[in-house]
Amino acid sequence: MTYLADVGALARKDLLLELRARDTIPAMLLFVVSTLVVFHFVLPTGSSDLAATGLLWVALLFTALLGLSRAFAAEREQGVIDGLVLAPSDRSAIWLGKALSILAFLGLAELIALPAYALFFKPVDAALVGGVALANLGIAAVGTLLAAMATAGRARELLLPLLFLPLAIPIVIGGVGASVADDPGRYLGLLGVYDALFAIICWASFEYVVTE
Amino acid sequence: MIRARSLEKRYGEKRILRGVTLDVAADEFLLVTGPNGSGKTTLLRLCAGLAAPTRGELEVTVERGRVGYLAHEPLVYRELTALENLELYGRLYRVPERRERTGMLLERFGLWDARHARAGSFSRGMLQRLALCRTLLHEPSLLLLDEPYSGLDDEGARLLDRELGERASHAAFVVATHEPERLERFASARLGLA
Repeated sequence: MTYLADVGALARKDLLLELRARDTIPAMLLFVVSTLVVFHFVLPTGSSDLAATGLLWVALLFTALLGLSRAFAAEREQGVIDGLVLAPSDRSAIWLGKALSILAFLGLAELIALPAYALFFKPVDAALVGGVALANLGIAAVGTLLAAMATAGRARELLLPLLFLPLAIPIVIGGVGASVADDPGRYLGLLGVYDALFAIICWASFEYVVTE
Repeated sequence: MIRARSLEKRYGEKRILRGVTLDVAADEFLLVTGPNGSGKTTLLRLCAGLAAPTRGELEVTVERGRVGYLAHEPLVYRELTALENLELYGRLYRVPERRERTGMLLERFGLWDARHARAGSFSRGMLQRLALCRTLLHEPSLLLLDEPYSGLDDEGARLLDRELGERASHAAFVVATHEPERLERFASARLGLA
């Protein structure tokens, strides 16, 4: 219970920080909508729906990357991470709290992105929504760990995409597959396995990322 | 509480700390002095467990949650109020009766009236006072203080003097400073870094 209370307090703190500073969600919203608008004009008339779906996933992935690049900004700028790491609470609570707030940010961005996609390209079906929801879990789990790693480095702006994009390939395969395949179950299953596997790995390894 | 032998710390090719040996007992007040770049902050980070030594032995027998670490940065969120910051730390550091304790510390350091103001609006001195509240919140038994008087005005320095005077016999201190004369009366041991 104490662990969950710590996670809740850390996630609430992130949401409160965003509510006050408003420096991540507006940027994510603006980015995803403008990317979809650009893609709308980039695709020639009569292009297949498959291409549009692929572009949606590109937009979602890079929007997530934008959010992740700001994930530990407050902790980095104020050196707060040291204070959190020294607390007797389980350090994985820092990861879980941050991953939950990232999940909320992604969900908010997609609340705008998916209707915009439906407006510009084609209607959104349940398989696509399911794929996006499962992809969010994996992005938040892996992305939070990598954002913490990148924060400790000097070239953090370069490091995060270099670490994140290769690890996000299974998410893209699962997400795009779930969105376009006749039988999306297999791809949703892949996303589910990815989420579970990486959530455990990230949860267990976060301690070693934030300490030397 | 702390036992270090031939401690060395390198970042890449650069050697920050070389051959430091020290012992800090439960009620000892160790004053660490030295010029800029001599490794004072690094030594405190090593003792806090925030960094690992490259060579040598370091044993800190205090539990993580019993260490109070005052860094150069206040380690508080600028978008949160003073009260919210201390509430958050109080929860994470398992402080019993944290509301009362938070209020008491804010009062003692003259921040009670500013408790609902965001830390980002604080002056350097107020931030240092808030950082001291954060450091002392969980009644640490080992205090690692990096330039504790930094940014404090006369009133703030007087308040810190009072806190140090009250706690000097109950906790172990390792204090890095450029103003050793201010802390001489508390010090029971000295370490000069070159």
